[in-house]
Amino acid sequence: MKATPLSNCERRFLLRAIEERKRLDGRQCYDYRNVRISFGADYGCCIVELGKTRVLAQVSCELVPPKPNRPTEGILFFNLELSPMAAPGFEPGRQSELLVKLNRLIERCLRNSKCIDTESLCVVAGEKVWQIRLDLHLLNHDGNIIDAASIAGIVALCHFRRPDVSVQGEEVTVYTPEERDPVPLSIHHMPICVSFAFFQQGTYLLVDPSEREECVMDGLLVIAMNKHREICTIQSSGGIMLVKDQVLRCSKITAVKVAEITELIQKALENDQKVRKEGGKFGFAESIPNQKITAFKMESAAVDTNNVEEQAEEIITKADPPSEVFAKPILHTPGTAQIGEGIENSWGDLEESEREEAAEEEGESEATAFECQKMETEDTSTTRETKKHEPIVLSDSEEEEVVILEPPALPRKTRTQTNSKQETASKKAFNKRRKKKRAAY
Amino acid sequence: PGLRRCAAGLLVTKCGLLRHRRAGGGTAAGGAYWVDSQQKRYVPVKGDHVIGIVTAKAGDVFKLDVGGSEQASLSYLAFEGATKRNRPNVQVGDLIYGQFLVANKDMEPEMVCIDSSGRSSGMGIIGQDGFLFKVSLGLIRKLLAPKCEIIQELSQLYPFELVLGMNGRIWVKAKTVQQTLIIVNILEACEYMTAEQRKQALAKLSGN
Repeated sequence: MKATPLSNCERRFLLRAIEERKRLDGRQCYDYRNVRISFGADYGCCIVELGKTRVLAQVSCELVPPKPNRPTEGILFFNLELSPMAAPGFEPGRQSELLVKLNRLIERCLRNSKCIDTESLCVVAGEKVWQIRLDLHLLNHDGNIIDAASIAGIVALCHFRRPDVSVQGEEVTVYTPEERDPVPLSIHHMPICVSFAFFQQGTYLLVDPSEREECVMDGLLVIAMNKHREICTIQSSGGIMLVKDQVLRCSKITAVKVAEITELIQKALENDQKVRKEGGKFGFAESIPNQKITAFKMESAAVDTNNVEEQAEEIITKADPPSEVFAKPILHTPGTAQIGEGIENSWGDLEESEREEAAEEEGESEATAFECQKMETEDTSTTRETKKHEPIVLSDSEEEEVVILEPPALPRKTRTQTNSKQETASKKAFNKRRKKKRAAY
Repeated sequence: PGLRRCAAGLLVTKCGLLRHRRAGGGTAAGGAYWVDSQQKRYVPVKGDHVIGIVTAKAGDVFKLDVGGSEQASLSYLAFEGATKRNRPNVQVGDLIYGQFLVANKDMEPEMVCIDSSGRSSGMGIIGQDGFLFKVSLGLIRKLLAPKCEIIQELSQLYPFELVLGMNGRIWVKAKTVQQTLIIVNILEACEYMTAEQRKQALAKLSGN
């Protein structure tokens, strides 16, 4: 499958948003998305979610003869795979540039930093050593695979337990998990990658780019650091020129982020340890069900509402004050709120009377969301229709009848139908087309 | 959609709610049945209005990506007022709103930007600013329903332009980047929020 191309509109919009220091999901420039770590039933299996990006890591081990030039060291093997379910552009079996780059980065980060003590993996010098294999699978691509993969890798390695081994002379006994508790790997430190995306020739900087931001970025800087503020790996790609103090600033930011993430990892590992000890249920079967698609849950993302105040003020001053206020059936007693389920048709009679009132009813009557009293405002800005404000009669076919009531003290929230002409025109056109389309079926 | 004719009867091919619309007064066709199903991947259907992204210009024809398995083709003459001399100004990466002329599973789909009477009626190149994003098809159909409160509620907040494509793509433009982002987030979240949560969110926003 081919990936969807990025349109000029999106590119322009994203760059403009970045210039105004706004990100699509409301984060700040230096904010990370939520990191969630969940462990599987086996030791060494974990899933890390960075926002919507998901990586699955699995560690396994086996006894093999060592490399001839390093008879006393164990072997580490890292493998990252971009599965086609991660993004439509990924195809199986294709060795893309991105894949190679990611693999190299993960390897350098974990191998060259010597975070794992390979000498401890030696069983019999020259004959048998442990080969640790870390497999990373990308399950969902929403930007910043590197960070997620590095976190997943290090967490899986910390979580992993290898079978205990004892050597007596020439005899090597490998104990099964039932006989002796498996032994964790000896890990010196936890290197974590942090990515920085640069835009406009290095003028703007974002931490943890999402997929859209990655498409429009100029360059990427990845710094792998551990919590002792030692830089393990640093890589800059994309060919941007970076000034020295930018790099230093990035490394300071990395230090902060790495400290946070390391803490999170420790906590997650401890939790898992506790659960296993207490014999509670662990594994994916526990942690994953909340995320089923049919559960229809989404993380509540804070919607940034800054600037809305001024706009609201503007709108209010522009609109005419409500001309008439019907003291008529105020359809609620102040203070009661009836929301939704099961309360149908209690407003049945009132609805009808309102409908009669609303004489000029067009296809898209703007039933307001906020009901105060029944107000009739004449909008001078739109000459086409006088919009009546009915109290909400929300008869969406899929939703139950919902009437939201608010205290009457809201006359200043006038409905200004300052909708642009295009919007209602296009809406009208849509509705017409919609009807046409329905007829066509 | 979702149903298929098979000899004498009907077969259901998708899971979802079965819906029925009675025939209107003047139309000749009888009532329509269809199945409302929820999905994200779009399959081109004749007569659907979609938003496409221009990927290539090949002589007289533009290739558009509409999110289906094939790219759709769009002739440069299929715009209102276009002649051989007067070509529309379309670049690679532009957004186009058009409808499908031909869309079956055997052929590459074709799109046009004029309707049967030769007028553009809102179709054509979509302006430069604004933001495009993707949602599931069910949400689009909900938004296109005749009395959709989501759009009405949103229009209470501030004015904006909105183009909905049946392929799951929505283009939004508001006065500032900030407002556009708010609208985008609300529309994306509408998929999962119940009506009351939505009202709470909007109340919070406009009460600020």
